Amino acid sequence: MALLLEQLLNGLQLGVMLFLLAAGLTLVFGIMGVINLAHGSLYMVGAFAAAWVAAQTGSALLALLAGLAAAALVGMAVELVVLRRLYARDHLDQVLATFGLILFFNQGAILLFGRQPLFVDIPEPLRGAVEIIPGVPYPAYRLAILAVGLLVAAGLYWLIRHTRTGMLVRAGATHREMVRALGVDVRRLYTLVFGLGALLAGLAGLMAGPIFSVQVGMGEQILIMTFVVVVIGGIGSVRGALVGALLVGLSDTLMRAYLPALLRGAMQGPDADALAAGLASMGVYLLMALVLLLRPRGLFPAHG
Amino acid sequence: MAEPSRRPRRVSPVLLALPPLLALAIALPWIAEALGTPASTGLATRMAIYAIAASALNLVLGFGGMVSFGHAAFFGLGGYTVGILYAHWSWQEPLWGLIPGTTSLPVTLLAAMAVGGAGAALIGALSLRTRGVQFIMITLAFAQMLFFLFVSLKAYGGDDGLSVRRQGEFPGLSLRDPAQLYWLCLGLLVAWLLLLRRVTRSRFGQVLAGARQSERRLQAIGIAPYPYKLAAFVLSGMGAALAGALMVNYARFVSPDMLAWTKSGELMIMVILGGVGTLMGPVLGAIALVGLEYWLAALTEHWQFVLGPLLLLVVLFARGGLMALLRPGAGA
Amino acid sequence: MTAPLLLVEGLRKRFGGLCATDDLSLAVRPGELHALIGPNGAGKSTAIAQITGEIRPDAGRILFAGRDITRLPPSRRVRRGLSRTFQIVQLLDEATTLENVALAVQAHQGHSFRFWRDARRDERLRQPARQLLLRAGVEAALWEQRTGDLSAGARKQVELAIALAAAPRLLLLDEPMAGLGPSESRAMTETLRGLKGRLAILLVEHDMEAVFALADRVSVLVDGRCIASGEPAEIRADPAVRAAYLTEDEEA
Repeated sequence: MALLLEQLLNGLQLGVMLFLLAAGLTLVFGIMGVINLAHGSLYMVGAFAAAWVAAQTGSALLALLAGLAAAALVGMAVELVVLRRLYARDHLDQVLATFGLILFFNQGAILLFGRQPLFVDIPEPLRGAVEIIPGVPYPAYRLAILAVGLLVAAGLYWLIRHTRTGMLVRAGATHREMVRALGVDVRRLYTLVFGLGALLAGLAGLMAGPIFSVQVGMGEQILIMTFVVVVIGGIGSVRGALVGALLVGLSDTLMRAYLPALLRGAMQGPDADALAAGLASMGVYLLMALVLLLRPRGLFPAHG
Repeated sequence: MAEPSRRPRRVSPVLLALPPLLALAIALPWIAEALGTPASTGLATRMAIYAIAASALNLVLGFGGMVSFGHAAFFGLGGYTVGILYAHWSWQEPLWGLIPGTTSLPVTLLAAMAVGGAGAALIGALSLRTRGVQFIMITLAFAQMLFFLFVSLKAYGGDDGLSVRRQGEFPGLSLRDPAQLYWLCLGLLVAWLLLLRRVTRSRFGQVLAGARQSERRLQAIGIAPYPYKLAAFVLSGMGAALAGALMVNYARFVSPDMLAWTKSGELMIMVILGGVGTLMGPVLGAIALVGLEYWLAALTEHWQFVLGPLLLLVVLFARGGLMALLRPGAGA
Repeated sequence: MTAPLLLVEGLRKRFGGLCATDDLSLAVRPGELHALIGPNGAGKSTAIAQITGEIRPDAGRILFAGRDITRLPPSRRVRRGLSRTFQIVQLLDEATTLENVALAVQAHQGHSFRFWRDARRDERLRQPARQLLLRAGVEAALWEQRTGDLSAGARKQVELAIALAAAPRLLLLDEPMAGLGPSESRAMTETLRGLKGRLAILLVEHDMEAVFALADRVSVLVDGRCIASGEPAEIRADPAVRAAYLTEDEEA
């Protein structure tokens, strides 16, 4: 029971991390119609910037600000220099150009920080554990991630439902041409949306730092899962991204936790563990294939 | 009524250059020997193998308009077919107690193509129900599933992969000789290209090109595009698997890296670098990318730092790829 | 009275709260030119999409030559002899005019799982394609041009040639005059007059001049249902039609 609760929380925590990444990706998909493989690079940029500043200054607050700023700035620069030229292109060009960006960013990170993973300490006030129910301690830092993720989700909901920018974002996801026809400065809206997406990706990256190690390639591992989330949720839908992220986070975590034990009943220990790990890794892709076969446009299709 | 004129046949410079280039390609091992760079034969072998894989991808991507982001799956399936048949041969223990292992190349190549084709039939049948971004992502998802499946198969090396310690045997050839392996790959590449040329010009090819341009139009002349797209996908999967099987014979090693999503990306790069939807484009693209990686890697450890932006420039500014540079003015 | 070639009965289609097709019934007799008219938003496009199979109705059925085709996919309906053109022309823009029509001929000849012979030099495809182009009135000078480069009028004509390749018993023409200049429009009217009588035509058109010049019978669609059906003279005189349609048209 305690284990299940812990795993559920772990799953939710992975879910909100995925949501932070997926929210930006799905908006960029939905509004600009661009597949951006380099979204994972922004996650990496946030993580590296925060890790580096934390190591230099020892200040968690400065690290937080540095991670957010770096991701947002790099994101907007990428939009201005590269992505802007890809809006009118087909998906093939977008995939390849942003694939090129991944190579560039990954190798750039190696040039700057080397291949060794960086390790980041959990900020002082969050180091302990909290007893969620009597006798079940849970790391405070992970609870904090959960809280931040949910806060961001609420903030995004407010932004999209109740502000003018949000109105444009909603309109942009469903009626791209109409927003253009309204004479809105679409270019600025695009840069803004992209910057916001980058900011959230950077936030996810810097929060991931103390849990996973900060290293080159971290962006791609999570990027593909994020794509799964976006496609399951329905491209362009932030609500879909939230549902998809929690679904993927929970199913991945729970499969990893419980499959080995299940399989060990049927086969040898080490083989069972290896197969269970493989099946758990395959699980989310299987989930996506199933969702797409039943609902080819995802759970919450944004375009009418 | 005026006699309708045939379209004047454009003989592209690429076509004219083919016979001498082919002669040069055949002579390459001797030239490499004479120049004292026998390693070039190996490099050329890799180019030929990737050219097969990239042209296979181009059949669906360029001719059929299906942006598959999971073709490494079929490349890897072909590779693992060779690896697994070798493993069972070396253990002297039939696969599932039924299929005896073998190192006979004609057998393993055909088996690889059968496995690749079957995999493509299954993945294609499901994926082709979606389109656009969803198609790109679902093909990626299936490839990732196979990637993790092979990672988890500890019996065949799991993460570490599987060494193939014995060269495949081909009647009349000694494949230990790098030059003979190269000629085999070159011969298969030429045969594969001739087949693709036929197929893309056939009635089937016309339907495939139609599906790329307007599925609605095809429906309205009474053709349901799905079975044709699926057939192209299967043929493409077989070609990619053939390339994977040859790659394992060349590298004598197979690992999940062959199915990694970056490998799918590389195959796409070759196609677009050379020229989407052209017969020779993917060949040029494969030569260019394999060559570029080789030369850049010799110059600097950080060659990807150069390759990334270079790729970006090609996508942004050199539309139509190398083929467009070679025949300026010619319409697609 | 002969049995209708196309019989639409009690067709319904809702999109959310909007009832786009509301108990629509319609009959097209063999060999007649039947015009379907109606003000904008009357549900003509939705009705056509259901007859051609692009949208599945919520209720009702569609019979073609006495057989139920309500659940048949679009391509199968074409093979039964129900061919159509599009309001917004759908051509393979990278291919030439002749190649476009040759592909339609190929589709009519049977399955296309033939991988070996060069289809672009196959006279068994090109010869019938030329005949069709002549029948649809496409100038020979355009036959080797990419259809993407043709004028709007020529594209409509090419599409007509493609639709004829299926040897249809019923030709559904979705606003063949839309986007055409006056002279192109007249040429299209003449081409249609030439086809009239050899096969049944269901003509959806806004150009009233063309409709009343060509049609044997006219059906009027308003708010997703057929409010009147009859000979042009009856339709002109029908008070309900005048109220719902012609007055509005005059005001516009």
